[in-house]
Amino acid sequence: MLPRLEQRPEASRSMVYVSPLIAVVFTVLTAMVMFALLGVDPVRAIETFFIEPVSSLDGLSELLVKATPLVLIGVGLSLGFQANVWNIGAEGQLVIGALAGGGLALAFFDQQSVFLVPAMLACGVLGGMVWAAIPAFLKTRYNTNEILTSLMLTYVGLLVLSYLVHGPWKDPQGMNFPESRLFHDSALLPVLIEGTRLNIGALIALFVVVLGWILISRHIIGFQIKVIGMAPMAASFAGFKEKRLIWLTLLISGGCAGLAGVIELSGAIGQIVPSISPGYGFTAIIVAFLGRLHPVGVLFAGLLMALTYLGGDSAQITMNLPNAVTGVFQGMLLFFLLASDVLIKYRVRFGAPKINVETAE
Amino acid sequence: MSVDWLIPALLTIVTAATPLVFAAVGEVVVEKAGVLNLGVEGMMIIGAIAAFATAVSTGSEVLAIAAGAGAGVLIALIFGVLTVYLQSNQVATGLALTIFGLGLSALIGHSYVGKTFGGLAKLDIPGLSDIPVLGPVLFGHDALVYLSVVSVAVVAWVLTRTRTGLLIRAVGENHDAAHSIGYSVTLIRMGAILFGGAMAGIGGAYLSVAYTPLWVENMTAGRGWIALALVVFASWKPWRAFFGAYLFGGITIIQLYAQGMGVEVSAQFLSMLPYIATILVLVIISRDSARARLDAPACLGKNFHASG
Repeated sequence: MLPRLEQRPEASRSMVYVSPLIAVVFTVLTAMVMFALLGVDPVRAIETFFIEPVSSLDGLSELLVKATPLVLIGVGLSLGFQANVWNIGAEGQLVIGALAGGGLALAFFDQQSVFLVPAMLACGVLGGMVWAAIPAFLKTRYNTNEILTSLMLTYVGLLVLSYLVHGPWKDPQGMNFPESRLFHDSALLPVLIEGTRLNIGALIALFVVVLGWILISRHIIGFQIKVIGMAPMAASFAGFKEKRLIWLTLLISGGCAGLAGVIELSGAIGQIVPSISPGYGFTAIIVAFLGRLHPVGVLFAGLLMALTYLGGDSAQITMNLPNAVTGVFQGMLLFFLLASDVLIKYRVRFGAPKINVETAE
Repeated sequence: MSVDWLIPALLTIVTAATPLVFAAVGEVVVEKAGVLNLGVEGMMIIGAIAAFATAVSTGSEVLAIAAGAGAGVLIALIFGVLTVYLQSNQVATGLALTIFGLGLSALIGHSYVGKTFGGLAKLDIPGLSDIPVLGPVLFGHDALVYLSVVSVAVVAWVLTRTRTGLLIRAVGENHDAAHSIGYSVTLIRMGAILFGGAMAGIGGAYLSVAYTPLWVENMTAGRGWIALALVVFASWKPWRAFFGAYLFGGITIIQLYAQGMGVEVSAQFLSMLPYIATILVLVIISRDSARARLDAPACLGKNFHASG
C-alpha cells in the first residue's frame, strides 16, 4: 500500500524540533553508505569526521572559531527568512565587511590604539550593511528580486577582494604574494585561551544570539517580522510597513555578515588574504534552517555545521578524502531537513483516504 | 574595425551564450509549470562534471552530453520529490540543490582536475563554412550550438501551440483549477522539473566539454543564477531568453576584448560586468511591478497538495 500524506489539522510543534534530529541521523547514515562506496571504512570515517576533531582543547577552540561566523550570519539571516526576505548574498556582505574593517587596520598599521579593534568591528558591520543596502534599495524601490541581486553582489564583492589583494592592498614587502600586510597587534581580537585561536569573537556571537532572541521573541519588530512572513495580507491590514521591514531585515543580516567577516579577519586570519571565508555565508543559510530560524537553534546548528568543516579537514589529513566532502554533507543535511519538515504539516498514512474527521469538524 | 577581429568576437559570443540558452530555456518550462527551481547552478555544475568525466573516460562526445543531461535529471529528481511530493519550500530546496551540487561535483571532480579532453568537434559544412564572415559565424559551430537554437524553437512551439504546453501553463497559472478538471498537477510539474534538469545539465556539459574544455571546481561561476535572471528578463518567453543569453554573451566579449584594445581597467572590474549587468537588467525589467506580476505564472513558487 502506498504511503500518503494527510494534512494535520494543526502544525505539529514537536515535529519542529524532531525534524532536525531525523535529518542528522539520515545524513550520517547516507554518509556512511557514501564512504563505503568510496572504499573507506564507514565507522572509521564517521569517527574521523565527527569525533576526532573535537577530542582536544585545540579542536574544541577551533570548533568555536568556525562556529562564530556561522552563528552570527545565521542569526541575521533567520530574521530575514522569517519575513520571506531571502538574503542569499551573506558571503559577499561578509567579504565587504571584512574589507571595511581590514582596510582600517591597514590604514593604521603602525599605530597602537585600544580603539582600533572596536572601530574595525563597527566598520565591518557598516560594510556589510552597505552591501546589503543595495538589494534592499532595489527591492523596495524597483521591486527587484533580492535573491538574484544579493547573489550577484557576492560575485562582485569577491572580485573587489581579489582586486585589492592583487593591487593596492598587496603587502609591499610580501614577495608579490596576493596578501596584505600582517595586522598590527592592536588590530587583532584579544584571544580567550592562550595558545589557541579562540577569541572574543565567540563572545560577540553569543551576545548577538541573545540580542536576536530578544528582537524576535520580545520585541514588536520580531512580531511584525513573523506576521509578515506567515500572513502578508494580515500584516498590511495591521499597518505594518513592509518596506521598512525589508530594509531592516536586510540591514541586520548584512551587518551580522559584515561583523562575521571582520571577526574572521582580525580574530582568525590576521591579514587580508584572497579567500577570507570557506563559504560561511552560504553554509549559514543551512544553519538558519537547521536552527529552525530561531537564534538559540541557530547557535546549536552553527556548532554542528562548524564540526562538518573540521571533519572535512581531518578526513582530508588522516584519510586523504577530498575536502569537498564537507559541501556534500552540508547539502545532504539540508535536503533531509527539508524532507523531514513535511512531517510538521502532514502525517504519513497508509491505505485509502478517509474523510478526515478532525478537519471536517 | 577589421573583420579579423570581428569573427572571433562573434564566435566567443556564441560559445558564451549557449550554456545560458540551455539553462534558461529549461528553467522557462519549469517556471511556466509554477515551480521556482533556484538550483540551476547546482544542476549545471553536476552536468558539467558528469559530462567531463564521461568524455575523459570514454572519449565519446555523444555519451558525454547524454551523461550531462542524465546527471541533471537525476539531481532535479531530488528537487522534484522534495517540492512536489514532500511539499518542501521551493526557495530553500533550490538553494540546497546548489550547495549540494557544488559539493558533490567537487568531490567527483577531485580526480579529474588537470585532465584534458579534445573538446567538441566543430561541424564544418563543406561550402557553407567557407563563405567569408557569414560562414564561420553561422556554420562553423559544434552541434550543441545548433541544438540550443532548435530546443528554443521547440520549447516555444510546445508552450504556445500544443496541448502539452497548454497543460504546463494551466498548472502554472492555477493549479487548483487544473487539478479540479482532472489533470495531474504533480506529474506535469515533475515532468517540467526533470526537463529543466536535463537542459541545465546540457548547459553545464557545454561548459566543460566545449567552452573550456577542462574541469575546474566551481566552474559555472554563477551562470546558473544568471540564467535564472534571464528568465525574469525574458518575461518567461523562450525566444526572449535566447536573445537575453546572447546579450550576456556580448557582455562577456567586452570583458575579453577591452583589455586587448588597451583599456586600462583591472581584470577584476571587467569580470564584474556580467553580474552588474544582470542586476541592471533585473532593475529595468522589474520596475513596472504591475506588469512583472502579470507576466509571471500566477502559481510560481506555490506548492500544491490535493487534500489541502
